[in-house]
Amino acid sequence: MVEFFTETTLGMGLLILLQSLLLVVPLLVALAFLMYADRKIWAAVQMRRGPNIVGAFGLLQSFADFIKYIVKEIVVPAGADRPVFFLAPIVSLTMALIAWAVIPFNDSWVLTNLNVAILYVFAVSSLEVYGVIMGGWASNSKYPFLGSLRSAAQMISYEVSIGLIIISVIISTGSMNFTDIVHAQDGNWGLFNWYWLPHLPMLFLFFISALAETNRPPFDLPEAEAELVAGYQVEYSSTPFLLFMIGELVAVVLMCALVSLLFFGGWLSPIPGLPDGILWFIAKMGFVFFMFSMVKAITPRYRYDQLMRLGWKVFLPFSLFWVVFVAFMARYEVLGGFWARWAIGG
Amino acid sequence: MTIADFTFYLFALCVVLGGLFTVTSKNPVHSVLWLILSFLSAAGLFVLLGAEFVAMLLIIVYVGAVAVLFLFVVMMLDVDFAELKAEMAKYVPLGGLIGVILLMQLTLAFGSWTYSEGIDSRLGSPAPPLDEAHNTQALGLIIYDDYFLVFQLSGLILLVAMIGAIVLTLRHRVDVKRQDPVAQMMRDPKTAMELKDVKPGQGL
Repeated sequence: MVEFFTETTLGMGLLILLQSLLLVVPLLVALAFLMYADRKIWAAVQMRRGPNIVGAFGLLQSFADFIKYIVKEIVVPAGADRPVFFLAPIVSLTMALIAWAVIPFNDSWVLTNLNVAILYVFAVSSLEVYGVIMGGWASNSKYPFLGSLRSAAQMISYEVSIGLIIISVIISTGSMNFTDIVHAQDGNWGLFNWYWLPHLPMLFLFFISALAETNRPPFDLPEAEAELVAGYQVEYSSTPFLLFMIGELVAVVLMCALVSLLFFGGWLSPIPGLPDGILWFIAKMGFVFFMFSMVKAITPRYRYDQLMRLGWKVFLPFSLFWVVFVAFMARYEVLGGFWARWAIGG
Repeated sequence: MTIADFTFYLFALCVVLGGLFTVTSKNPVHSVLWLILSFLSAAGLFVLLGAEFVAMLLIIVYVGAVAVLFLFVVMMLDVDFAELKAEMAKYVPLGGLIGVILLMQLTLAFGSWTYSEGIDSRLGSPAPPLDEAHNTQALGLIIYDDYFLVFQLSGLILLVAMIGAIVLTLRHRVDVKRQDPVAQMMRDPKTAMELKDVKPGQGL
């Protein structure tokens, strides 16, 4: 039986398929509850009740929404480019999901232990813009098109600073593998060994860039409903709209996972002595997601020129400076291994 | 057929089909999308070769940035491409001829391609063996240690191109209202709003 899965082509293919399902299905189920949590937090900040009808405390609200979405009629605008119109939401969801292939949930709990894992995630997240552009163009309508133009410019702008932030973390670690990055944050001091301390300014920059990259409020200009109705999603209804929405949320959760891995030590326990494990990773992701929701609830939307100014004139120079700074500190091993973890850990 | 073989044929087929449809599709936006499929499959082929760093760079640079700009330009164009495509039949023989000549040249060049004896020892900066450094490290060593000056110079060329493009397109127009972020940030509630106590039955 073991030989079947490790020797034969069919067995290996099946094994990969099973592993992917094992990752994707819990992720999507968790997503339903994250969506519910998002709405509940938002409601609590605004002193509303939020969803509370379907299931106990409204826990099943997302599933009710799911059924509502899939039984609705799919409306295709006249003059829309049908293949691209339907391809766009699929691309959006697929790109968000395939990035999870390299995310480690625990020591060696990873689908593909790629040695350029962080570049892979960066590459895939740079592809997410295609769902938006294709959706906006294929709708053959003004508002979606304007929304998609905005979105593409925004995502490309913030990718630049995300890339530079990632580089400074790579310099500290000496590896692009997530497992190595997490191991480099291991030490005797628990949470004070994690990268949030040496890279503290970058934690904030990464968090804000992640908001912009995933089109979350206060940077949800692609769908700014006051100006663009709903941006690139205007013409979408039913299941295609659902796919867009799930894709967006999966990207948000991916960003939570990235923040946890890069700055909060992944599955490492914050207190020395307690065992490491996947529960810590999930707790950290939950915390970052909570911050995402809070930002959504308490900040007003940015103006587009402010967004571009922030990305190019503030974030880019600062993260570039930080790369040079970390490179210098790591090269000359200032403060021992504070910035140069490869120097002490190997 | 192993999984590696299967994926090779899959990616190779996608590269070729993507290239073919890039040329033949009626709508230029579809052409760019097929081109993107080609790029992605080529990146897949690089991964199969064990050059994962180059593959990721291909995706980040070409698909993530260059092709997005292509797509922008093509979406904004208002040219009747169906009309242009109609004339394509006239140029098919010429295009075919150029293709055949290129293929012949490549075959001639690579068919007689041999490595001379002991070429490894004469390399200016040989790549470290794969068991010592994986290909990301090897590339880094060669680019940043051995060919640092050349690398810097190529960066300088790109900078010059960028400055040129900005100089060509930058126009200072006086008739547009500009945002002044500093003035906006310096505003406080005292200067921004005024509270009036309006009595009932009276206006201001």
